[in-house]
Amino acid sequence: MAAALLVERGDDVTGVHLKMADTPSGLPGKGCCTLDDARDARRVADLLGIPYYVWDLSEAFRSRVVDDFVREYAAGRTPNPCVRCNERVKYTALLQRARAMGFDALATGHHVRLRHRDGRWRMSRATDRSKDQTYVLYMATQAQLAHTRWPVGEHTKPALRAMAAERGLITARKPDSHDICFIPAGDLAGYLGPRLGRRPGSVIGPDGTEIARHDGAYQFTVGQRRGLGLAGNTQPLYVTAITGDDVHVGPRSALETAEILATDVRWVAGEPPQTRSLAAQVRYRGHPLAAVWAPAGHRNLRICFADERPDGVAAGQAVVLYDGDECLGGGTIADATPARTTADSSDAVYAARTVRADRR
Amino acid sequence: MIYLDHAATTPLAPDVLAAMLPFMEHDHGNPSSVHRAGRVAREGVERAREQVAAALDVPPLDVLFTSGGTEADNQALKGIAWAARAAGRGAHIVTTAIEHHAVLDSVAWLRAAQGFDVTVVPVGADGVVDPQRLLDSVTDDTVLVSVMAANNEVGTIQPLDVIGPALAARGVCLHTDAVQAFGRAPLLLDEWQVGALSLSAHKFNGPKGVGVLALRRTVPATPVLHGGGQERGVRSGTLNTPGIVGCGAAAELTARGAAAEAARLRTLRDTLSDGLCAIDGVELNGSSTARLPHNVHVAVQGCDGDALMTALDTVGVCASTGSACQSGAAAPSHVLAAIGAAPDCAHVRLTCGRTTTADDVDRAVALIAEAVKRLRDAGGGYV
Repeated sequence: MAAALLVERGDDVTGVHLKMADTPSGLPGKGCCTLDDARDARRVADLLGIPYYVWDLSEAFRSRVVDDFVREYAAGRTPNPCVRCNERVKYTALLQRARAMGFDALATGHHVRLRHRDGRWRMSRATDRSKDQTYVLYMATQAQLAHTRWPVGEHTKPALRAMAAERGLITARKPDSHDICFIPAGDLAGYLGPRLGRRPGSVIGPDGTEIARHDGAYQFTVGQRRGLGLAGNTQPLYVTAITGDDVHVGPRSALETAEILATDVRWVAGEPPQTRSLAAQVRYRGHPLAAVWAPAGHRNLRICFADERPDGVAAGQAVVLYDGDECLGGGTIADATPARTTADSSDAVYAARTVRADRR
Repeated sequence: MIYLDHAATTPLAPDVLAAMLPFMEHDHGNPSSVHRAGRVAREGVERAREQVAAALDVPPLDVLFTSGGTEADNQALKGIAWAARAAGRGAHIVTTAIEHHAVLDSVAWLRAAQGFDVTVVPVGADGVVDPQRLLDSVTDDTVLVSVMAANNEVGTIQPLDVIGPALAARGVCLHTDAVQAFGRAPLLLDEWQVGALSLSAHKFNGPKGVGVLALRRTVPATPVLHGGGQERGVRSGTLNTPGIVGCGAAAELTARGAAAEAARLRTLRDTLSDGLCAIDGVELNGSSTARLPHNVHVAVQGCDGDALMTALDTVGVCASTGSACQSGAAAPSHVLAAIGAAPDCAHVRLTCGRTTTADDVDRAVALIAEAVKRLRDAGGGYV
């Protein structure tokens, strides 16, 4: 529908499908990136009467997104490959190529709204809030936004489907894209297993002692409760942290995060905001929570939650800052400080954890 | 639009269409039927067989019609290999690294699923196989050697004049994929003692969906398709009368004046090749001498392949890069890998044909030079 909206507005549009991997036909539908999806996109281009190309970015995607994804899991973090893909493939390399070829702008089907107001580009939550994708685009630069179009962000998903159906576009009935596009059937453990192998380690209980063994810390995510193999405990235990091969577990209250250290911070708004009180979102489908930010060294931020605290914040995910509907920027979560420890010696804990983050 | 992709496919010649039309409009009979309608269709098919036979200088009964070059290659490779092994003559196949996938993948399947031994002989940096090296890999167990007459990507002509007679002296059957070479380079089937040869009609101004397997009656072949026993029992299936008639007409048209057309194409090719190679950082891939007269294949430094191809299409030049794969993305070419072509640059194939004019070629050189400069100035379009 992004292409149709632009064509109908009178833009001179060229369709490009990005070949990100050699995904065989017939794989359970991911809604994008497979051979079947390439054909669907081609048929849409045929109907719209626009040129259409497949560009093979599989090498760039593998080296900049997939390898990083596996490395991050190996290091005990929970990476967000969509963020990396936007940062390192779509809004850098692809936009650069499009510009090199004389195109004015790159349009994608992301659910994001873009406006130019008061001298800068402003990226806001999508009209369809449930589809909003600002979280995975916080790293875009003002220069990139100047050459970006997100036409579908102005409409709700049902409205877009209706418009696509009216135009006879095959995509009207396509499943929404979801999960991680290069992982068949959403089987993360099945994907990582052969790549990372057996990496046995300890499951460390609330009192700091080993209470179980595991085959690989990458099989766990902070906040996870099921599948720990710890049945019989009096209180439910959750993964609270992953350090090296150690998986730490604790009660639900230990998941509560008071403070986040974010690294590699980018301001999509162009510069840091005037106000220190914003809302921070720590996962793709999460809710923004009131937070206060402070600089913490070069491109690093400390984000403290003012009121409600997030649960199960995983290192490697993005923390994204909002002022109302406008996305201002974000960074990669390097470390999350549990709520309980901040009460006594927040500065000491913070310093210790910063050192550890730097060492990584 | 300047169409310089005649190696991908060629336009249907008007005379060919005229020959086909009666068989689509009213002469609808099945050539295998004994009644009058069948006889009319059969007459068309047999005349086409004679036209193809004359163009190849083989007896008409050696000509079998297929659904295309891919089927002809599959039937030749699998059929001849199966029959030879069944007769206890051996189970070793030799081919080259730059064959079309219809040959390479058939051979790979014969190895993986059928237990044949396979030797894939590399080629030199010029895109030509060393005949001695190929012959050295032939053993007493070898039953089939498949070497293309000319390569579909870089257009290099293979030394069948040396390979063919040497294989015949050892009693080994030679199959050649002549899909690109037919009409553009001489094919001396008798002199080279070729046992089987594949053609595709749409590569010489005929219709798509028709091919030829010229199979010597002395070469046993097990059928791939079983059914009604048409085409000497080797290729069952109701004959595609309009397509076959078109194939015959196109073969006759191509053979008539082939030498003059090759000379004309050579002039166009040289203009194109010289014009492009005059651009800084543009070099010809593959031999400049052992080369089809319509093929230019260049490496363009400082440009990404996908980006340049899109840029050329935008300015109206129809060229090709790598080889088209299913999704439409340029697949890494096994031919370019085999000749050790430069990585990280665009590789562009331009192929002239009957409809190409001197003006086309001049304009194409100017448009390509401009597109390359524009893309390079903007960083080359790399991702």
